[in-house]
Amino acid sequence: MAIDNKDPIEEEVMLANTRVKLRKSGTGDPLLILHDEMGNSNWLQFQKQLSENHTIYSISHPGCLGSDQPEWIMNMRDLAGWYLQAIDELAISPVNVLGLSIGGWIAAEMAVMCPTIFNKMILVGAAGIKPDEGEIFDMFSVTADVFQRNCFFNPPSVPEYQIVCPDDVSEELAIEWEYARESTCRVSWKPYMYYAGLPNLLDRIKNLETLIIWGDNDQIVPLNSGKIYEKNISKSILKIVKNCGHRPEIEKPDEFVRLVSEFLK
Amino acid sequence: MLIGHFTEQPWQDDTSGLMGTQSTDLGISNSHYDPLVGAGLYNRYLDEKMYAEEMGFEAFMLNEHHSTPFCMQGVTNIGAAILARQTKKAKIIILGNVLPIWDDPLWLAEQLSMIDMISYGRLVSGFVRGGGRESFAHNAPPHFNRERFEEAHDFIIKAWTEPGPWRWEGKHYQYRYVNPWARPLQQPHPQIWIPSTVSVETVKWTAEHRYPLVLLATKLEPTKDAFQLYHDTAKENGYESGTQNLAYLFKVHVDETEEKADEVARKFLSGVSNPFLSGNEGQVNPAIMGLPGHTSRTSNRLQAAKFGPTGRFGTNRRPYEDQVKDLTIISGTPKTVIPKIKHVLEYLRPGSIFFWDGDGAMTHEDQMRSLRLMGEEVIPAVKEIGKELELFSSFEVDPATGKKISAETTIL
Repeated sequence: MAIDNKDPIEEEVMLANTRVKLRKSGTGDPLLILHDEMGNSNWLQFQKQLSENHTIYSISHPGCLGSDQPEWIMNMRDLAGWYLQAIDELAISPVNVLGLSIGGWIAAEMAVMCPTIFNKMILVGAAGIKPDEGEIFDMFSVTADVFQRNCFFNPPSVPEYQIVCPDDVSEELAIEWEYARESTCRVSWKPYMYYAGLPNLLDRIKNLETLIIWGDNDQIVPLNSGKIYEKNISKSILKIVKNCGHRPEIEKPDEFVRLVSEFLK
Repeated sequence: MLIGHFTEQPWQDDTSGLMGTQSTDLGISNSHYDPLVGAGLYNRYLDEKMYAEEMGFEAFMLNEHHSTPFCMQGVTNIGAAILARQTKKAKIIILGNVLPIWDDPLWLAEQLSMIDMISYGRLVSGFVRGGGRESFAHNAPPHFNRERFEEAHDFIIKAWTEPGPWRWEGKHYQYRYVNPWARPLQQPHPQIWIPSTVSVETVKWTAEHRYPLVLLATKLEPTKDAFQLYHDTAKENGYESGTQNLAYLFKVHVDETEEKADEVARKFLSGVSNPFLSGNEGQVNPAIMGLPGHTSRTSNRLQAAKFGPTGRFGTNRRPYEDQVKDLTIISGTPKTVIPKIKHVLEYLRPGSIFFWDGDGAMTHEDQMRSLRLMGEEVIPAVKEIGKELELFSSFEVDPATGKKISAETTIL
């Protein structure tokens, strides 16, 4: 697959009364990407490939680098509500959404609050559900670089590993990580990374086609959480990526893009 | 001048393998904990405090830390409550309760009122934000640490001073009925002191509130800088601060001979690992130190610019000999320690001081000898020096107004 190496257009916009960083790239139907808990600085292979057939919208979550932190956002419901208004203002709904890790949790909360906001939903290693087996890895008990390392099953095999987790972390990246961790902390500290009512609330999503993607060796959010998502969302299917950790979009980009592209066809 | 005593109340158990080792903060399982040893140590530290009062100490400084062997007191109010009943004269100075980890500050206001009454008005209520260790150990949100500190502080002051019942609908705390059936004996409320080691924001906040500031075993020169920052902030806020606004904790051990004093003072460094005890910090846990949002981004920059990367005003990782040389450990016979203490007092001009002793691997006997010699020789001499240098504590001169406090206004 040919890769469009063009960098995305990056702009500062006002959405839901907040100054945020918005990145846009590609052509085709809009695809909203809700990024993970470590920021929104990279433009990686999976994004480049997906932008060939989709117009990617990626907002840096409130509080992440480039986006202001509204003081009133104190939990995940607040953040999901903020995003609903932001999507309204972008006038792109019903939109396809791709939620990565904590971004998947945001997408799920948005969907239960407003099931018609999305056309199709993709959840990747999504936080938000307390697993019946195992525990969600505590990202705040380790430093940012250690957490990043734990997100991958086999770092040497990851083509873009040095971009997302370089041996020498630049000051810019350290700041990006720190802002993202703080933004994440506000909505996930306690209970850590889940909302107990979410499995029941998911029952409301009757008609939203959902693809759930999980690495078979995810050390961050146990696969069990993915199975609960699958069980509780009527029209969902779970795809497990082999020999892969918490970030299939980076660890197995070709397989990941194929799964997503087929689903969105 | 007010002279107080302090120890972290460290865990000591030669069979645990923890003594003299440099462990990682929050890295030790409590499977090492023997409650029978704990029972003995708690009682030992209380006995030492009671003896300290007998020997002429005018204050006990108490603190708390969580899930760590270097400080056994996880609930400082328990130690304070026992001493409120068991002692008669000494001020009970809690430095401090960790406000952000309290989900119910009304309960804290009640406890402190009880301690103040039971002690007949001897409580000084210090408040701290706590480190990442405390947030982590009690699952308090680090990103709201400062906001919770400030809101809990405002709430407790109101609970102490405004007759109830009333409601509190704050950002972090909400109550439908505030009407504690306990009020502090000291009116309008006990003095509030704020200890600090690294935060410029905290020094400024303390000066803005006209509360005494306590610097904790920091090196002399940067301590003086922090005191100056306090004085400058006071001036900006329209008042003149003085010795009554400042307190200093430093390590002092006294013994019968110079050799014995040197041998015992080295034990500061050979107990269980204590990240606050220079030379015996162990491995800092960078994740716990750097919880998201615990320190504001502005404050981080100021710290880096002003106080350098070595933490705690540059006290970390220093061998015993260096600390003796720059007077962050003072040890010797009364004859040799008194001039050194005098130098510290002349240089920093604090109105209150605490001798940090009986810590690390020091035994009960080590501590009792030191307390006796302090009482017989050091405290009387230091009191005289305090008079000579006109060092007044916050019980002699009001830290908010600079006016002399008459004896009649004190309760005891």
